[in-house]
This record gives sequence, structure tokens and C-alpha cells, in this order.
Amino acid sequence: MTLLSVPPQAAAPGATCGPAPLAPAARLLPALAAVYRAQLARARVARIPLLFVATFQSVGILVMMRGVVDSGQTSAARSVVAGSSVLVVAFVALNLLAQYFGKLRATGGLDHYATLPVPAASVVLGAAGAYASFTLPGTVVTAAVGAVMFGLPLGQLWVLLAVVPLAGAALSGLGAACGLLAPRQEIATMLGQLGMSAALLLGVLPVDHLPQPVLWLRDLLPSTYGVEAFARTFTPDPDWALVAGDLAVCAGVGVVSLAIATWAYRRAVSR
Amino acid sequence: MNETAGRAPQDPLPCCAVSGLVKTYRTGRGAAATEIRANDGVALTVRQGEIFGLLGPNGAGKSTLVRQLTGLLRPDAGSIELLGHDIVRHPERAARLLGYLGQESTALDELTVALAAETTGRLRGLGRAQARAEAADVLTELGLEPIAHRPLAKLSGGQRRLACLAATLVGERPLLVLDEPTTGMDPVARRAVWSAVDRRRAERGTTVLLVTHNVIEAETVLDRVAVIDEGRVIACDTPGGLKALVDGDVRLDLVWRDEAPVGVPAVAELAERAERTGRRWTVRTTPEQARELVAAVTTGPAFAALDDFTLATPSLEDAYLKLGGRHGGLAK
Repeated sequence: MTLLSVPPQAAAPGATCGPAPLAPAARLLPALAAVYRAQLARARVARIPLLFVATFQSVGILVMMRGVVDSGQTSAARSVVAGSSVLVVAFVALNLLAQYFGKLRATGGLDHYATLPVPAASVVLGAAGAYASFTLPGTVVTAAVGAVMFGLPLGQLWVLLAVVPLAGAALSGLGAACGLLAPRQEIATMLGQLGMSAALLLGVLPVDHLPQPVLWLRDLLPSTYGVEAFARTFTPDPDWALVAGDLAVCAGVGVVSLAIATWAYRRAVSR
Repeated sequence: MNETAGRAPQDPLPCCAVSGLVKTYRTGRGAAATEIRANDGVALTVRQGEIFGLLGPNGAGKSTLVRQLTGLLRPDAGSIELLGHDIVRHPERAARLLGYLGQESTALDELTVALAAETTGRLRGLGRAQARAEAADVLTELGLEPIAHRPLAKLSGGQRRLACLAATLVGERPLLVLDEPTTGMDPVARRAVWSAVDRRRAERGTTVLLVTHNVIEAETVLDRVAVIDEGRVIACDTPGGLKALVDGDVRLDLVWRDEAPVGVPAVAELAERAERTGRRWTVRTTPEQARELVAAVTTGPAFAALDDFTLATPSLEDAYLKLGGRHGGLAK
């Protein structure tokens, strides 16, 4: 049984004598858009249950903290609500993205991208962007529930439109870098979980009672600046310059961590 | 094995020319670390428009070779040219010359079949409308339309493999590198794969480099095959040319109902030289001897114990074993 036609004896159709022309490479932005769209579709299939988990976890923490923190305009109430909201971002963008890239690397899934003419930044930014934007509904729900529960104003929730992408950039960059740099998949998972636990403890607990070394650690965590920025907007007369300053730190960390993640991706695919 | 030497200037370039390729891995840590030579001086030339196979058992070094051709792995020594481009120096060019179907699908698992094909086309440099149109054409061609909107992770192994092939075919490339493309597929899907491959070769002169450990597939679809064992090319010829190495011999397979009747002298003698797999005995021998053996086992107590027997002309597997390949590594 010979299924295929006779092999070409002379030159095959389209055979070339000089070096063959290279097919065009994918450009940064169209490729980024394609990865983003695919990741978002993928998230719809596989991540909706996890988004519920992330939101329930944050709402649960709000309920728990309501037992020890009084309702009303106190700094403790503000940081509990802001911390719980940003925790949704940390859960998805840092923890799940670290796990995703860790798995992709461990199972050889990165080969798929590495054998396509696609810029490294498109893959990393597309995935990070999709994970970060997927957290927006959960963050808004948590913030609204928290504001009602702790008697804080709801009028400033629009600022989440800046907090989620910027904190999302910083945390997803960190998550992607952890996932791509970890030597084993289990370590990537552990780093993601640790990062999320740090964001939980250092973001939600009111700062007044924390010892100094823990406060230094808190200052090192990028999610802190997202929490601070959001917490400030609950005050009756927010200091918008400080809010912008905190968000600028998130943006700066985002640029650096995404650059590291892009470098880590290149390193992971060129062994 | 330098087939490129003496090439006239008007001759087409080889699609893929590999020489002296060496790749070594280290496994283990510290004092226990050992070096494994996955490729040990591989040399081969694939002509444009050819369907060329790499045949060998698991661990022979086929996938390592392919990972170097696709720019995923840098060789320790040797040269790789794809259509006139130096891939050792410019591994990133490989992605713009070839379409690669690897063994893993984790990057696409949670996408629907249609989106996996379209996204891969976009990442291969196509515009959105073009990627969508080409993806639709390829899904039709491979008969994937009924499952176009199901995620790959929910499909059977063979369907998933076919969906990954669809993604590989969106965005034309002059060379396709397919690593065991038909694993887990039913005959209908296999036929779809081979006719898609053949159509591209006939219409566009596409070259196909195929990794397989399936001898039947190698015999039926390949123009030429390189037999790889322990990191080396031990032979490279047409399937017919390789089989000519064992032309004089035939293969006799005997399957016993229960215990082999070793009381029969001919069977007792055979017991020492047959290759045994459970109740199946395989022996390669001359036609005259095979005739005598058949006569001996189709009479008396031996025949009563015999469940089935076949006498066949040599296959590519026999050629592979004759060349010194290891037993049992190839799928039949």
C-alpha cells in the first residue's frame, strides 16, 4: 500500500537554488493581541472556578476581619478592604501565572511558542495582561462588598481601573518570572503560593500593629503600593498626589518585573 | 555521506543538511553525574520536496536531533543548514522556515481547536483575517469542523494530535517537521494526515521531515529514511533499498496455543534461536529452511499446539535489526 504520490525526481515545485526567503516574523503588538485573546478565552474555559475561589477567599477574609476591626473611617478598615481587594489580583496574576508558566516550562509547552517567530515580550505581556484583566470583576466585587461592610464610600471604586492594571502588571511580572525561572514545576507553584500568602498577610493586616522588620518586608512587596493607593482613596479627602505616587511605584515595578520575565522567557526557550 | 559535495550551481539546495552533529547531556548531580551522547556525529541530507523519515526506537536520539533542527537546542558541535540558512548560528531563523509539530500540546490544551489554529497562524506572522481563513480551510481539510469549538483538553489523544497538526499547517512553510504525528490516531485520521502532507508536497513542493518509530508508516509514506540508533545514523536509503539488505531472508512467526511443544526436535532446535515475545516466536531465516520449519510445525503434535503462523518477506524492522539496531524498540 503506497499512500503517497511518487517522489519528485527532478526539482520539486518551488525548489530554490539560493537561500530560501524567510517568512515574515510576527510583529510585537499583533502577536501580543493574539496571545492576550487566546489566554482570555483559555481563562474563560479553565479559570472561572478559580476566580470564584479568589473572590470568596477575599470576601471570607473581609468577614473574618470584620470581627476584629470596627466599621467606619479608620485606617484599619481602609487597609482591610483595600488589602482584600488587591489579594484577588495577587491570587490570579502572581500565583496562577507562576503556576501556568511553571507547568508550561516543565511539560515542554514553551516549545510551541519557541518554534514560532514571535517576540518574547508578546508571549509574556499577552499572558500577564490576560491574567491581570481577568481579576477585575473579582476585585470590584470584593471592594464593593468590603466598602459596604466597613461603611466606606463606594464613589471611588473607579480607581480600581488604574489599580488593577498597574498592580496586575507588577504582580503578573513577578509571577511570570517566578514560573519561568524556577528550576522545577513544584518550586514555581511554591513561589506563587508564597507570594500570595505574603500579599495576604502584609496587605490585609492593619499596619499599626506590625513590627518594624515586617514593615520593611511589606515595603518590598509590590502589592503593598496597590493596597496603599486604593486605601487612600477611601478617605474623605484623598491625597491624589500620594495615590499617583503609589501607582507610579506599581508601574515602575511592573516595567522591571515584566522585563525580567521576558528575559526569563528567552532564557527558558534557548537552552 | 556528504551528498552536497560536487553540487552543480543550478541544482536546488538541499532542504536540510546536517553534518558532524554532536549533542551531549549530563544527567545526575555531582560525582554521580554521567554524560549521555544523544547525538554522536549525525550527518544527513534531506532534498527539497522529499518525505524523509527518522526511524529508531525511543531514546535513539531522534527527538534531540529534531530539537536542534528546529532551533530549540544548540548543538555542541557540527553544522545545520536549512534551505541555505545556518541554524547553529541563527537558531531564530528556523521558526521562519519550518512548521514544527512537537509531542506536547500543553500550550494549546485549553483553547478550542479553531482558536488554537487561528492563534498559531497569527503567531506565525499572518494577519487576523488571513489566519482565520487559513485555519478554517485546514480544519475542513482535516475533517475537524465538527469539533472546532471544543477545547483540545477535552478531546481524545488522536483528535488532539490532529488539532495540533492543524495548528502546525496554518501559515505556509517550505519545511514541516512532524514528531510522531499519528500517535493515537484512528485510520481515518491517519489518512487525513497523509493526504494533507501529500497535497502540500504536490502543490507547493513542501519538504517533510518525519520522526517515527512505526515501521509500517515508514514503509508506506517515506521517500527515504535514516535509521538512527544510539545517536548515530546507521543507514540512510529508500525503504526498498534498506529492505534489499535482508532480501534473501524471510520471517516466520509462530504463535503457540499454550506451551511450545519442545518435545518435537525441530521446535526444540528453534527454541534456541527464535526471538520470543510471550507465546509468539519469531525467526529470520532462508526460504528453504523456513519451508522445512513450516512443514515440521504443521504436522503432528506441533501442529496441535500451534495457534497461528505467518511467513512474510522482510520488513523495514528486519532491515533495522540486520543493521545492528536493538530488539523490540520499533512499533509494528
